[in-house]
Amino acid sequence: MSGPLAISGLTVSLPAGADRPFALSDVSIDLRRGEIHCLIGESGSGKSMIANAILGLLPENVRISAGDIRFEDRSLLTLDDREMRKIRGARIGMIFQEPMTALNPLRTIGDQIGEMFQTHTALDRATIRVRVRSLLSDVRIARPEEIERAYPHELSGGQRQRAMIAMALALEPAVLIADEPTTALDVTTQAQILALVRDLQARKGASVLFITHDFGVVAEIADRVTVLQNGRVVEHGVRDQLLNHPSEPYTRELIAAVPSYLPPPSIVEQAEQILTISHVSKTYRRFGLLQRSRRTTQALSDVSTSLTKGTTLGIVGESGSGKSTLARCIVRLVDPDAGVIRLRDADLTAMSRRDLRAQSRHIQMVFQDPYGSLNPRRTAGELVTQGLIIHGMPGPQARAEAKEMFAVVGLDPQAMDRYPHEFSGGQRQRIGLARALALRPDVLVADEPVSALDVSVQAQILRLLADLRKRFGLSMIFITHDLRVAAQICDRVAVMKNGEIVEHGATAKVFASPEHDYTKLLLRSIPGQRWVPPSAGAYLAATAS
Amino acid sequence: MQTLTRFLGNPVALIGLSLFLLVAAMALSAGSLFPNDPLDLAGRPLQWPLGNPRFWLGTDVQGRDIAAVIFHGARVSLLIGVVATLISMTIGVLIGALAGYYGGLIDEMLMRLTEAFQTLPNFLLLLVLVAVFGSDIKTVTIAIGLVSWPASARLTRAEFLTLRSREFVEACRTIGMRDIQIIFREILPNAMPPVIVYASVVMAIAILLESALAFLNLSDPNVPSWGNLIGGGRAVLRTQWYVSAIPGVAILMTVLAVSLIGQGLNDALNPRLKRR
Repeated sequence: MSGPLAISGLTVSLPAGADRPFALSDVSIDLRRGEIHCLIGESGSGKSMIANAILGLLPENVRISAGDIRFEDRSLLTLDDREMRKIRGARIGMIFQEPMTALNPLRTIGDQIGEMFQTHTALDRATIRVRVRSLLSDVRIARPEEIERAYPHELSGGQRQRAMIAMALALEPAVLIADEPTTALDVTTQAQILALVRDLQARKGASVLFITHDFGVVAEIADRVTVLQNGRVVEHGVRDQLLNHPSEPYTRELIAAVPSYLPPPSIVEQAEQILTISHVSKTYRRFGLLQRSRRTTQALSDVSTSLTKGTTLGIVGESGSGKSTLARCIVRLVDPDAGVIRLRDADLTAMSRRDLRAQSRHIQMVFQDPYGSLNPRRTAGELVTQGLIIHGMPGPQARAEAKEMFAVVGLDPQAMDRYPHEFSGGQRQRIGLARALALRPDVLVADEPVSALDVSVQAQILRLLADLRKRFGLSMIFITHDLRVAAQICDRVAVMKNGEIVEHGATAKVFASPEHDYTKLLLRSIPGQRWVPPSAGAYLAATAS
Repeated sequence: MQTLTRFLGNPVALIGLSLFLLVAAMALSAGSLFPNDPLDLAGRPLQWPLGNPRFWLGTDVQGRDIAAVIFHGARVSLLIGVVATLISMTIGVLIGALAGYYGGLIDEMLMRLTEAFQTLPNFLLLLVLVAVFGSDIKTVTIAIGLVSWPASARLTRAEFLTLRSREFVEACRTIGMRDIQIIFREILPNAMPPVIVYASVVMAIAILLESALAFLNLSDPNVPSWGNLIGGGRAVLRTQWYVSAIPGVAILMTVLAVSLIGQGLNDALNPRLKRR
């Protein structure tokens, strides 16, 4: 029952001075013929390092110190560069996370797929063309003739990923390694690509090593699963067994952190609307001397919604749906072209810059990128006190206030004098929260606040948000592309597509009986729906602890 | 702190720094070593170096002590270098920051202005300025500063363009910070490293520009500058070449020192680039 690829006791050592001595330690994975084997772990777990080790693409000064990787009864570690090149691409295919960087921008898609044949086979041009065409239809790309002649930038993210898969499958490899192939894609595209991988794997009989951080994807696609933590295998097993009855505490913890897509029942709403958005539109225009360099993009068209005091309104949608533009219109980082945004009775859209600055403390924002949203040259304490000082609080008092805020968001007040790079991603997001909450806003706009975080950290931050909402009586606008997160944290949701709100209602109702076709499609696309995480329902209830 | 250790651990930077300190020491000691006016007649003209123990670097066409002019000239060159660089950087950073932060119409206008300056060869522009406003040392320094800002404006603008869309800038705006504060206290410190490195290039250019002016006898004749010495030696270049060569070496050393320091700063401020 031995498969095409077997990793045994693999240990990869890191150079001296790294945060741990081994990137991987004693990792054994047995990839069976015709299975999809998922490697799951959080960032830093070493999952991508395994892919690099198999392909012989380890970074300099990182080396394999023990163990073996056997592929079709040969040890890959003893092969020289020339032999390795014959295997790479031809016998072991690879799909990357970001197809844009993996494709050459100056050559057509057809050319790049054809190159696989040119490098590894002696086929003539005409045959190669036929093979490329049939590969493109294999990966179910629409209009394969056009795509063949297109350049990477002319394709959508999903099309590019299909082209990458076509390239990886060109020479019918025995093993396909997919490193987070759907992480950069929208959820509906992700569902299509996952179905495609499943389908191709069944038709071609290749074994797939699928690297991911998403348990939903695992539930959707895996036959067997290996869980990694800090370069060690924590647990491995058959999918259903592992997902529903994990035996190791770490796996249980990870699974408990996965939000269920089943929303808890809604709370009864109060009547008062704190924020009303009516008929807001925004068009981005690019000016240019030449006609062809002018471009207009309708980012928001006639958007109306409202936020009830003390509740959370989720704005969900895929990239380009205008959800971030809406958030930026609310805090007036972007000026809407038309429409009115009211905070209680004050019309924000009609205010002068000076008035806006003065009232900015009532609406605060939390950003997506924990690395980009904090000025690297200011200490954490300064970042939090800044806003208070701007709004007229004397320095020492602001500092005391900031100290209190640090404790509220679960950070050590002693750490106020440290710089952002000394904090982890989750801690930085807490600093961002402290900065926003220090001004005691009525409304908090959170733009994808957890999408850059690992699942366990994500759960902590979401719990903190739910907790803070209660404690400060916050009303919150929560922007997300992740429907599972939306289901857990939002009382109402607005579904956006191409700058419009297509559906709007109580979360439980929208999730249970969606009306608009697009909402139905979105909900259908959530990966791993048949699987309900064992901890469902208790997700945010763990808040109290 | 880390930057400083990296800077001092770099042999290139150390060579640059020691050369620069040498020039600075010359400038500081000029007054005590050569208390007389270096422009006064000191002895018989055109004595070769090492020929007369009183004038170990010899004398020029007008019988001045070359060593004295070199030492006093270090003051002038460094002063011109530093002041012109400050002027140029202030203008450049200001224009680049405003253009990069606001974009749109302001950016268009400021960048067209920058291009207008950039398309003129800066030495020609300098000649025009000196011809119109005279060749007093202050005028020369200001003129050099005025012609050498466009590149630093472009550099600062490019940094601002990438930084202004970062979320921390949006965060500053949402807490109600004023634009002026965002530009100068939040973004500028992040934009400074490449600008500081470029300042060393400007300083080297400024010293060269002044020497070039002096060579054409268009700099301030009442100042003991290296360029003036070279200009004076032009007539006897084929026979008494040392009159031009000695200040030439001094200029070379100073410019080399400044650009090595710049290179060291670049390596120290962008450690990732260097390791490649």
